[in-house]
Amino acid sequence: MKQINRLMAGGRIDRNKTINFTFDGKKYQGYAGDTLASALLANDVKLIGRSFKYHRPRGIMSAGAEETNAYMHIGEGGRFEPNCRATQTILVEGMVCESQNRWPNLRWDISAINDVFSRFLPSGFYYKTFMWPKSLWMTYERIIRAAAGMGKPPKLADQDTYAQQFAHCDVLVAGGGAAGLAAALTAGRSGARVIIAEQDSEFGGSLLYENHKIDGKPAMAWVDAVVAELRAMPEVKMLKYTTIAGYYDYNFLTALERVSDHLPPNDDNIKPRQRFWKIRAKQVILAQGAFERPMVFGDNDRPGVMLASSLRHYINRYAVLPGKKTIVFCNNDSAYLTALAVFLAGGDVEIVDIREKSDSDIDNDMVKKIRNLGIKIHSNMAVIKACGQYRVTGVEICQLSSDGKLLIGDKQVIKCDIIAMSSGWNPTVSLYSQARGKLRYDKKLTSFIPDNCQWDNYSIGKSNGNFNLADILTEGYKAGKDAAVAAGMENTITAPKKHIASFVDNSLSRQIWCIPSGYQLGEKVKHFHEFQNDATAADIYLAAREGYQSVEHLKRYTTTGMGNDQGKTSNVNAIAIMSEARKIDVEDVGTTTFRPPFTPVTFGAVAGQNVNDLFIPARKTAIHQSHLDHGAIFEDVGDWKRARYFPQNGEDMYQAVQRECLAVRQSVGMLDASTLGKIDLKGRDAAKLLNMLYTNSWSKLGINKCRYGLMLNEHGMIFDDGVTTCIGENHYHMTTTTGGAARVLGWIEEWLQTEWPDAEVYATSVTEQWAVIALNGQNAKALLMELCDDINFDSDDFPFMSMRQGHVGGVKANIYRISFTGELAYEINIPARYGKYIWDKLIAHGKFHDLSLYGTEAMHVLRAEKGFIIVGQDTDGTATPMDVNMDWIVSKKKDDFIGKRSFTRSDTSRAGRKQLVGLLTIDPEIILMEGAYAVEKPLPQPPMDMIGYVTSSYMSPIMGRSIALAMIKDGFNRMGDVIDIAMMDGKFHKALITGSVFFDKKGERSHG
Amino acid sequence: MVDKIMVDNIIKRSPLDGFKPLNSKNVKLTEQRFLSKLQLRGDINDKKFTDAVAAIIGIELPKEPCHFNISKDYQACWMAHDEWLILASEDQQQILMDKFYKSLSDDNIHASITDVSDYYVMLSLLGNNAMDILTKATPLDLHSSQFNKGMCSNIIFAKATIFLMQVDNKPSAYNIMIRWSMADYLWDYLCDGAREFG
Repeated sequence: MKQINRLMAGGRIDRNKTINFTFDGKKYQGYAGDTLASALLANDVKLIGRSFKYHRPRGIMSAGAEETNAYMHIGEGGRFEPNCRATQTILVEGMVCESQNRWPNLRWDISAINDVFSRFLPSGFYYKTFMWPKSLWMTYERIIRAAAGMGKPPKLADQDTYAQQFAHCDVLVAGGGAAGLAAALTAGRSGARVIIAEQDSEFGGSLLYENHKIDGKPAMAWVDAVVAELRAMPEVKMLKYTTIAGYYDYNFLTALERVSDHLPPNDDNIKPRQRFWKIRAKQVILAQGAFERPMVFGDNDRPGVMLASSLRHYINRYAVLPGKKTIVFCNNDSAYLTALAVFLAGGDVEIVDIREKSDSDIDNDMVKKIRNLGIKIHSNMAVIKACGQYRVTGVEICQLSSDGKLLIGDKQVIKCDIIAMSSGWNPTVSLYSQARGKLRYDKKLTSFIPDNCQWDNYSIGKSNGNFNLADILTEGYKAGKDAAVAAGMENTITAPKKHIASFVDNSLSRQIWCIPSGYQLGEKVKHFHEFQNDATAADIYLAAREGYQSVEHLKRYTTTGMGNDQGKTSNVNAIAIMSEARKIDVEDVGTTTFRPPFTPVTFGAVAGQNVNDLFIPARKTAIHQSHLDHGAIFEDVGDWKRARYFPQNGEDMYQAVQRECLAVRQSVGMLDASTLGKIDLKGRDAAKLLNMLYTNSWSKLGINKCRYGLMLNEHGMIFDDGVTTCIGENHYHMTTTTGGAARVLGWIEEWLQTEWPDAEVYATSVTEQWAVIALNGQNAKALLMELCDDINFDSDDFPFMSMRQGHVGGVKANIYRISFTGELAYEINIPARYGKYIWDKLIAHGKFHDLSLYGTEAMHVLRAEKGFIIVGQDTDGTATPMDVNMDWIVSKKKDDFIGKRSFTRSDTSRAGRKQLVGLLTIDPEIILMEGAYAVEKPLPQPPMDMIGYVTSSYMSPIMGRSIALAMIKDGFNRMGDVIDIAMMDGKFHKALITGSVFFDKKGERSHG
Repeated sequence: MVDKIMVDNIIKRSPLDGFKPLNSKNVKLTEQRFLSKLQLRGDINDKKFTDAVAAIIGIELPKEPCHFNISKDYQACWMAHDEWLILASEDQQQILMDKFYKSLSDDNIHASITDVSDYYVMLSLLGNNAMDILTKATPLDLHSSQFNKGMCSNIIFAKATIFLMQVDNKPSAYNIMIRWSMADYLWDYLCDGAREFG
């Protein structure tokens, strides 16, 4: 229970607030302000996980987003999450954490055998080893995937809620350290709308753990003052716990705000767990800081090997010194601060510096101070190997030759339990690179810095290769001002004057990309450059030997940079080692492009509110509630929920549909047809427009008369159909298919706007204005007459294909005498608000007329009995009117209509195209499968000569047998032929080709 | 007449009947039931057209994109360069339609007027966090420098299209028009988004 590595004083933690948590079932305690990583280190937990491929023991390596090893399962049940970075996970009371990628437990991991046999598992081993026999690849892959685990997926649905937020700003600042705060300050002072996002729980960046001074005062005093000033600005939004995750075109960025991850889970879910921001920024300031570079030396992955700055982070911010004896292994002065921090925390420390002379010219004081404190500096020496397995027990150090390739003299062993390494710094260019910004190699920094980018952004501070605090502040102030002005603010902002601040020069380094170990690379010890995906320096040489020399090939071959840490610590080392392997300059190797997200984003946050009932709008008609009351089963038609059938007394779909079909044929049925697309066309040129849109003629359609029309695209192919009615002078009511409503309106607008801008006609969608009730069947008239006394229903007065206005149940209605079943039918259009009322009233009156409700499934059967096509089911965008036997609807007299010219294309007009015919199975009980192929000659197995396919197929109760529609090659000339239809189960059924109208071939019933 | 209205109120239904209005400190959400809504198309440069419209509703059609003009009885919203939405109180649609139809036909004006009162449902959202709830799902910039009282826009909201009008400032008050069939989706979405604001 004791936090043995916790220092007595210091740090930004609250020792009065103890926090309990468990790791791999064992109880521990930390303090408020801890991350999971700092709490584990405080409890001297060194072994934290197993590596990806070799299952080597690993410990915490960093204190931030660049963490490669400390990935955890956190939480339980509906709040379980894999792959959480312990270094960025804020410790919460009751937190349950578990190490990943080990079985049966962390200490005894059976797959660690991979490490012993690692010489058989080099990069790309799975491509080479598991290729034979080919049929087993799927099996191999499953085992490899399981062994190379990235944590377990959650088993239960996520219990938390998430939110999304759109935002717009003049200036977006990514990173709330010194540079970002300085930039936000001047931008904010201009009055600009500023968003500053900081992934940490506090603003300050590295100032949170560096004991730097600004103008003689602790740097955090400056941070506090700036944060306070920014908070008071109404147009500045300060987002803590927020990571800018993606940088896309035109300064569109996404961010993940961990709204309540730092709080214990709360089942009321009132606050979202996380919020996903989608930000459009006029100007972007990138102040992401820099990542320290690991040294690539023998067995540099042992638990206890850390980045030097991270160790100092744990000591100064969390008051945790995770060991007794520290070796700082470095090539630059910044790491000396770590030695100082260890010393001041009461730890034992020695410095191993590759440089011959560690005293920098500028800051002699600090090095002197180190010497004066009695800290031993091993100059011109390198750590060539970390000793120990489950934790570091010591280092082997040795002098290197001047080219850094060979060991000189004797090895020396120093006992230690921490190795703090620094091979220099890599500016964090992730977002800049995501935005397709180009990078440039900086020889002095031995790393890549931003060069040019197509979007309006400013890289500042360490992410721009600037490591001098005073200069960083100046650069930040300037960028904030420039960005605000570029965003349109007035140039009246005065930036604070230049500060005097602590300065550590870390540019004077001796760069040795891969520290020799005295053995052939890859033998005895492993030099990891990529910790998360277990890729070593030897793998890079192997890639070079095998021809994978391009940086993109290198990445894929060795998988370097392909973990979810995106190679934050490994990229530059990998590129540099490849340059050595190829004996070319680093800048000639090239760089890979960083991809979003910067750190992983949960699916929950990406989904936001769009889950469960809010996943997609379920469009409901005005009559929907009544369908629910009558036990309807619904089907999705586009976004609509349409009643598919109304089962009674335990009927299944087949039984219900058979009953509903017969009811329509024998008495009367009622269908909710409200979803049909409806367009109001008004204007002098409306008839002209109709003449162009439809294949038939519309010039002589009288008022209150209806006409069916077929719409083609420019290729002459059917793309929609429906009935259009003339409802007044130059005024038409068009109906479209349910799914085609938006498409047809867009189509009309496109033609009007691009081709016929002078046409005097307006098209307005009225789809949802009207509830549409279709009454079909011989009893329809009698039923309707009970509720309507101001229309003469006599067929002479109100014939088929006409419209009358009157009142139904007291509600003003337009009644269209049109039919999609071939029966006597009326479509009653009433304003949606009255839809349910009239529907229910018709049900009540229908009791005396043997009324049945029917759904879309029966509608399909009924129209198929009549051979009426459904666009999109019987046609697929390759059928002309002639192909579906509807040449009667294609005007021969009209000069033009859309699609007409395509009829002269040889392919459109040729004989033998697939044509719509009826199919009657020889066995009347067989219902063919829709989509089934018709073949000329059945064979035991494919390929077979395919001559067409079934488009619609049903059991027709009125016919007492099955019926089908099909598109068959040269079908019209094959009437009477018997063909074979192949079913999924391998059987064939014989079917007779007939006409496509099965019932009431003369079409007498619809006339009443 | 009274009877007829009473009967009418019993038989007419809104898709949001039975949905409980939100009434918290920071968010209020209600439905404006059966507001009269007409979609008007015409040529803004045709004086006969604009005069005819002004004579009926007493206000000018807004020329400026994304703005509306409002009087005690009517609101005219810009929807496109040749398209406006005319709003009036409950059950005025038929009277207005008749007036427009007559006036626009009489003068042989190229225009169209369409009753869309039932096509759409109107919600009112107001309160200190009204904007925050909307911007959870709409990419439109609703900052006061960009969108203000008197402005309107067609815009996506999550997976639906809405017509958004800002009718007041401080706190922001919005009217939101959506298709009938998606009204419950929008309502539920707004309520869900409002939860965190108490």
